[in-house]
Amino acid sequence: MHTDSIKFSPGRALIYLLLIFCALYYLIPLYVMLSTSLKSLDEIRSGNLLDFPLAPTGAAWTKAWSGACTGVQCSGLQPYFWNSVKMAVPAVLISTFIGSLNGYVLAHWRFRYSEIFFTALMVGCFIPFQVVILPMARLLGTLGIANTTLGLVLVHIIYGVAFTTLFFRNYYVTVPEELVKAARIDGAGFFMIYARIILPLSLPIFMVCFIWQFTQIWNDFLFGVVFGGTDAQPVTVALNNLVNTSTGVTEYNVNMAAAIIAALPTLVLYLLAGKYFVRGLTAGAVKG
Amino acid sequence: MASLSIKNVRKVYPNGAEILKGINLEIEDGQFLILVGGSGCGKSTLLNMIAGLETVSSGEICIGNQCVNDVPPKSRDIAMVFQSYALYPTMTVRENISFGLGIRKVPKKEQKEIVERVAETLQMTHLLDRKPALLSGGQRQRVAMGRAIARNPALFLFDEPLSNLDAKLRVEMRAEIKLLHQRLGTTIVYVTHDQIEAMTLGDKIAVMKDGVVQQFGSPQDIYDEPANLFVAGFIGSPSMNFLRGRLTRHGQGLAFTLVHEGTSTLLPLPSRFSAALCAHDGDVILGIRPEHITDALSARRLETTDAYHPTKVECCVDLTEPTGPDTMVFCTFNATRLTCRTHPRAAAQPGEKIELAFDLSKAVFFDPVTEERIG
Repeated sequence: MHTDSIKFSPGRALIYLLLIFCALYYLIPLYVMLSTSLKSLDEIRSGNLLDFPLAPTGAAWTKAWSGACTGVQCSGLQPYFWNSVKMAVPAVLISTFIGSLNGYVLAHWRFRYSEIFFTALMVGCFIPFQVVILPMARLLGTLGIANTTLGLVLVHIIYGVAFTTLFFRNYYVTVPEELVKAARIDGAGFFMIYARIILPLSLPIFMVCFIWQFTQIWNDFLFGVVFGGTDAQPVTVALNNLVNTSTGVTEYNVNMAAAIIAALPTLVLYLLAGKYFVRGLTAGAVKG
Repeated sequence: MASLSIKNVRKVYPNGAEILKGINLEIEDGQFLILVGGSGCGKSTLLNMIAGLETVSSGEICIGNQCVNDVPPKSRDIAMVFQSYALYPTMTVRENISFGLGIRKVPKKEQKEIVERVAETLQMTHLLDRKPALLSGGQRQRVAMGRAIARNPALFLFDEPLSNLDAKLRVEMRAEIKLLHQRLGTTIVYVTHDQIEAMTLGDKIAVMKDGVVQQFGSPQDIYDEPANLFVAGFIGSPSMNFLRGRLTRHGQGLAFTLVHEGTSTLLPLPSRFSAALCAHDGDVILGIRPEHITDALSARRLETTDAYHPTKVECCVDLTEPTGPDTMVFCTFNATRLTCRTHPRAAAQPGEKIELAFDLSKAVFFDPVTEERIG
């Protein structure tokens, strides 16, 4: 917003200097990762960490994607990347949808003890992952879906619903109660009101939940390493294995490329939907 | 169209709070009922119960000949206009109006006709394809009414529909609602906290306080013969003046005696009060509306055929409020603030003395303990 003409002053210069310094501080690691991933091993050994790659090559990326060894297998990150996709997409969609329905009920169809129910759900947000590992392992074993992607999806849905319910409930309480009353008098039922009135208002909060849940589930390591077995290992676990598998030399360029590949989906999602993240968390109110 | 009867209706919340304590109201088909009262008096709760949005703890609500206690809102044949208008923000005006029709499986062609007819009635055909966010407050209000009319219900419910409008628009929309009622002839229940809306719109007014109907009657009855001190003070703007004093014998009839600045002043009462008040010797509260305390100039013009003459008292002016046709004068009298409606030319300046004429022919008297009207 323009208030009056921007004048140069020492104070303002100091602010800009500080901001530039902070930006560099956070961007340099990314720069190092990117430039290292494009260098050959010789260049890495002979040059400086901050040097620009003289002969950029995609060899490290190809190897990280399809050739690097993670333990005994040497198929790169590719299969694990798709494991992660198969796990994250359904888990994000389902947990977000359930959260949306929960939030709608808790905000607009209050029932006896609904506040207690809400509080109990909230406790779920504060339970550390480690606490549920043993009981969850028993449960997955009983259901016969241990060490499968389906099992991981289930774990992430259960864990995610607490957060998504909180997000949606707090968003939907800002939707005026009178809208729901008006729709009830107009003759709409529970699901009709959800589909025709509530859902069309929910885009920003859906985006927030998608980003939040995707980041959580994609980046999760603990559940992946415990419940993923060998077949359903997500990319985070594979990355760890890749970096820790040493056959003589440490291939820094491959490690960097692999790390970027593993982080890329969350980065892209945030770049695409990030504006909703800020907007959705601050402005929920529906006017009019 | 339908009559509405509310029999001994109570509302008790699970935590024990009794919001409505036995409401009895009855209106005929086509009447305009106003529920008026301060905030927290239970008027909106009662409206929500008529709509079916809240349950009835005990008692009976009947629309037409049908008891609707256990009928869901959508089957009650009602339509409601909310204070915030509650327009569906993601739908156009057209979709807003036809939403309820669609759910009721009205054929598409018929829906279109109804929407166009309603839009024409409310002069908003040009707004049909806009979203609510692009409408002004008055236009949103119009759409909300259109949505209600489209369904052609037996009963309209209005929940403070004008409270969010600015003063000028409120007066315009008030007139439009009244015109609409005259044209459609549908029974209306209208909740408001604004006593001017209550007076101007209603066929019947129910004045509520603390979950109890204080008085139920026509606007003029309530204005002229308030049942108790609360109703008398609530209805009418500016409010009725209350003076504490004693009833004494005065010649053939009675007089009201009060003390002002150490001197006793006697206001003789018209003879019609004698019968009602002779049993109430002693302390009473006199209620007199501002228009019955005027300057000497206006009072002289009012003295016509009636044998009764207003009593004149001299008072010191604290404050004046010119409204145009009249000037309100505020004086301290009998240890209370007195509001008088005077002719602009007769109004005195603050600090000056003014001679006020008390016309007691329309005065009312209240028991100081029970606060009920006694005459």
